[in-house]
Amino acid sequence: MISLTKDTMQIVREQDVVPFRNRVRELATKIGMSLVNQTKLITAASELVRNMLKYADGGKVVLEVVSKNGQAGIRLMFVDEGAGIENIPQAMQDGFSTGRSLGLGLPGAKRLVNEFDIKSKVNEGTTVTIIHWKNGR
Amino acid sequence: MNIQQTAQILLRKKNTILENWMKNQLADASLRDDLLSNEDLRRQSEELLNSLLQAVSHGNFDNIYSSEFEPVNDILGDISITRARQGFSPREISQYVLSLKQALTDVLEEERRNEPELLYREVVLLNKLVDSLSIITFETYLKGREEVILRQSDEISEISTPVIRVWDGILALPIIGTLDSSRTQVVMESLLQEIVNTGSSIAILDISGVPAVDSLVAQHLIKTVSATRLMGAECIISGIRAEIAQTIVHLGIDLSNIRTKATLASALQLAFGMLSLEVRKSNQVSTTKLFK
Amino acid sequence: MDRIPILKMGPFLLVTIQVDLYDRLALNLESDLISMVSKTGARGVLIDISAVNIVDSFMGRILGNIASMSRIMDAETVVVGMQPAVAITLVELGLTLQGVYTALNVEKGMELLYKKVDLLSEQDDTIEEDQDPHDITD
Repeated sequence: MISLTKDTMQIVREQDVVPFRNRVRELATKIGMSLVNQTKLITAASELVRNMLKYADGGKVVLEVVSKNGQAGIRLMFVDEGAGIENIPQAMQDGFSTGRSLGLGLPGAKRLVNEFDIKSKVNEGTTVTIIHWKNGR
Repeated sequence: MNIQQTAQILLRKKNTILENWMKNQLADASLRDDLLSNEDLRRQSEELLNSLLQAVSHGNFDNIYSSEFEPVNDILGDISITRARQGFSPREISQYVLSLKQALTDVLEEERRNEPELLYREVVLLNKLVDSLSIITFETYLKGREEVILRQSDEISEISTPVIRVWDGILALPIIGTLDSSRTQVVMESLLQEIVNTGSSIAILDISGVPAVDSLVAQHLIKTVSATRLMGAECIISGIRAEIAQTIVHLGIDLSNIRTKATLASALQLAFGMLSLEVRKSNQVSTTKLFK
Repeated sequence: MDRIPILKMGPFLLVTIQVDLYDRLALNLESDLISMVSKTGARGVLIDISAVNIVDSFMGRILGNIASMSRIMDAETVVVGMQPAVAITLVELGLTLQGVYTALNVEKGMELLYKKVDLLSEQDDTIEEDQDPHDITD
């Protein structure tokens, strides 16, 4: 897999979410992703950015256009320095939430994108990486 | 270093090179004599070698995109595309070009026995050349395969999801073949788009053509129904055969939230009812009058 | 823009969401809408989301909340005009908006609201009459 473009956005307030979503849409449109796949990717990104704001007071997102076997895709890496997640399998369960939300954020985001990876250390932070390919496969 | 001279040596030794190359190929365990006869192989190889030596005869060893190399690239492209269609593996195809390397360097080794420095430089040059040729082979091979795949996927998507407007406000979508997740995606997209386009409030999914319904397929059906409802339309599933009803119950799949009907006709009747439409025989009254 | 305008149309409230919602805006909409329901005694709420490109679980929860809160106050909620891509995404996300009525467009949504309210109130001619939902005497 090769990275074609790369930039970083800081997310510190909830007002940053809309420009961030627009930036993701811009990249997805540029590589010719279909509307449904764009919507899936942006919704997943929105869930993850919301988690970052809620549990870690923000962080940064690395946005990349990547290519593997001639297929273009978008890779987003959400990096925060928050409290971290103690029990990742539990956090990945539908309906589990330590805040008062639906608990669909992490598992829902995972269902929406092609590749999903989460790493977390308690008291150090969490990094979630997602990839969605152009044709959604 | 006089590369023109190198080219001359190669040209002079053409027959030896061809023999060596053929010997290398025939000795290779992965030779596919089932797909290509030895005579054809020899003819192809000779043709390629001829055009290659012609191309380098002016001393151009490194720019394979120049005009001298055009015939070489053409022949190579032809060979890899035909081989891709014949079912050669990528390894076998690149092996074909790479085995030429050995044949070329063997000849030079013979000639430059006393000039190792010159030999080294020539071998490096030839290495580069053959490697670039093998890249071309690979690219063409992939292109050939991609064409096959594209054509097939076009054919599949053409036949897979026709959305039919059966009545004002009622759509029907007959599903034929197995429902996997990528297929469901296509079905959902075209169905929902058609709902928007026509403003239909009822969609009938007919699964008479689905060979089997397991829990995964049921999951996909439930997803499609949920998405239709989110849009504000109702979804009826029809064409449930006896054996499908049996497996659904045996597997413990809950379809109680979904309106199901055995046939498309009864689904259509239900849809009419939901839209408060009535279908009657128009001449019934007049005929009874006639026979009175 | 800090607030989304809420229109009163007879017994119903009409909201058209034209911008990308950030959280504060969505929460404001929720509280504004509920206080409008209580102030006007509206019998139905119609939310048009045809211009909304993204509905994530937070937005979905707000829509669900509005429906549940309105129902307690005797008003039905209809969400209309969801885009196909949004519907597919919500289903994959695992959110089916239980308890929220949906319709294809504003016109069909209005029809649905009239039907729902008629059935529930059983007083076909008195919809227009303002009624305190806490003080129903029949």
